[in-house]
Amino acid sequence: MSSLITKVRQKQIGQTVDTGKRLDGRSLNEYREIKIEQGLIEKAEGSARILLGKTQVLVGVKVGTGEPFPDTPNEGVMTVNAELVPLASPTFEPGPPDENSIELARIVDRGIRESKAIDTEKLVIEPGKKVFVVFVDVYVLNHDGNLIDASALAAVSALLNTKMPNYEIKDGEVKIKQGYTPLPLRSRPITITIGKINDKLIVDPWLEEEQVMDARISMAINDEGNICAVQKGLSGYFTPQQIIEASKLAQEKATQLRKTLKW
Amino acid sequence: MNEKTEKLIDKKGIRLDGRKADELRPVKLEVGVLPNADGSAYIEHGKNKILVGVFGPREVHPKHLSRPDRMVIRCRYHMAPFSVPERKSPAPSRREVELGKVIKESLEPALFTELYPRTGLDVFIEVLQADGGTRCASITAAALAIADSGIPMRDLVVACAAGKVEDTVVVDLYDAEDKLGAADVPVAYMPNLNAVTLLQMDGTLSPDEFEKAVSMAMDGCKKIYALQKEALKTKYMNVKEEIKEENEE
Repeated sequence: MSSLITKVRQKQIGQTVDTGKRLDGRSLNEYREIKIEQGLIEKAEGSARILLGKTQVLVGVKVGTGEPFPDTPNEGVMTVNAELVPLASPTFEPGPPDENSIELARIVDRGIRESKAIDTEKLVIEPGKKVFVVFVDVYVLNHDGNLIDASALAAVSALLNTKMPNYEIKDGEVKIKQGYTPLPLRSRPITITIGKINDKLIVDPWLEEEQVMDARISMAINDEGNICAVQKGLSGYFTPQQIIEASKLAQEKATQLRKTLKW
Repeated sequence: MNEKTEKLIDKKGIRLDGRKADELRPVKLEVGVLPNADGSAYIEHGKNKILVGVFGPREVHPKHLSRPDRMVIRCRYHMAPFSVPERKSPAPSRREVELGKVIKESLEPALFTELYPRTGLDVFIEVLQADGGTRCASITAAALAIADSGIPMRDLVVACAAGKVEDTVVVDLYDAEDKLGAADVPVAYMPNLNAVTLLQMDGTLSPDEFEKAVSMAMDGCKKIYALQKEALKTKYMNVKEEIKEENEE
């Protein structure tokens, strides 16, 4: 997924970070401007589009019915899929999902699942037989770095915007009725990604910084400020001290980002 | 659902399988187990049984994946269909693709990839039996297999998990604890460099519990690290014995 970046530019990015600044004028712990738009896809039960600087992600939520998993007969189902759409970057190619899009989908999935954001017990129509299935589809429209945070935030915004169809059971059959109720939500997990460049921690890396950074760590923080999912990525490492530092930074930034959500 | 009524940890702090909170499962490591691979290792970590074979540095196929300035590392994590209670389809799942990626990224900091431009190193991990904590056991074995292949490394990579069951932070979760427990934090670590190369988590932990889990997992890593070095030495002790026997004949 890497595109080319000249050595001289790499050096420039590193040196600027060393002085506590960034090439786009941000400080090390500053996010780009965030804009969220909800409900722009009328045919989806829920949707949201996020602009994180120039990074653009659209998330659509479809709600269908299906069978529950055998080990959780009293819970509805949620699945997350991510598409790195070829129009989003010259480095994205059409074809089946590669490891990058699978990792992205699984990080978003884990944040929502482990924070128990969706009250899945309220999605049961007939225990063990029929439940609502919530499909969360992440559509990356423009890649300018930090797809993880943008996708996670867009996914939660889309879930906040999701309406469940009303139903009634007639002669053992599920009939969809008129009207909607909001999707039962308990938490609004926020995922914060922190990159490491020259042993300095930065939040919200943009595309060029992503190509220079040694490693990243993403943490999902729930409403209570607890950590509910972590993923380290890229081929570098963190010292134990840096992990503690990153966890504190993630707490602080999650509180700030949560305010951008329309609840 | 009956399992849930059973306590995962009793009043004396003894876990369901008889261990204390900071006690690891028995770990057995063996190096050089596959004749055809350039390097190989086998690990038994509790009931986990995992085989790792390493090939390379060798030519990369397809060729466009090779890099002019470094060696590329590819890692396939795969579970045998008979490794879990319900037969697992042999086709790679999304979980396996993700684990292959994070395991690769956990091993890469240990390698001097710039020394082998235009080549590739293939790491093949086969989980023969799984009982919780397979990604950690896989990393421990994969680092040994790479060391066994003879390419230089900055340090061995060793991995161990910690997590929370019944409000207690414990080390090295097995399957039941992983499924019913509150959180699982796998950590991969290079002890000589004090570098964490893999860190994941699912479940919910307070920041303090998270810190404690990471430090407990690192303590577990250090214990397994000693066993890793022992396994490498044992291989060469055996070679020494063989040469001695040949000379005596």
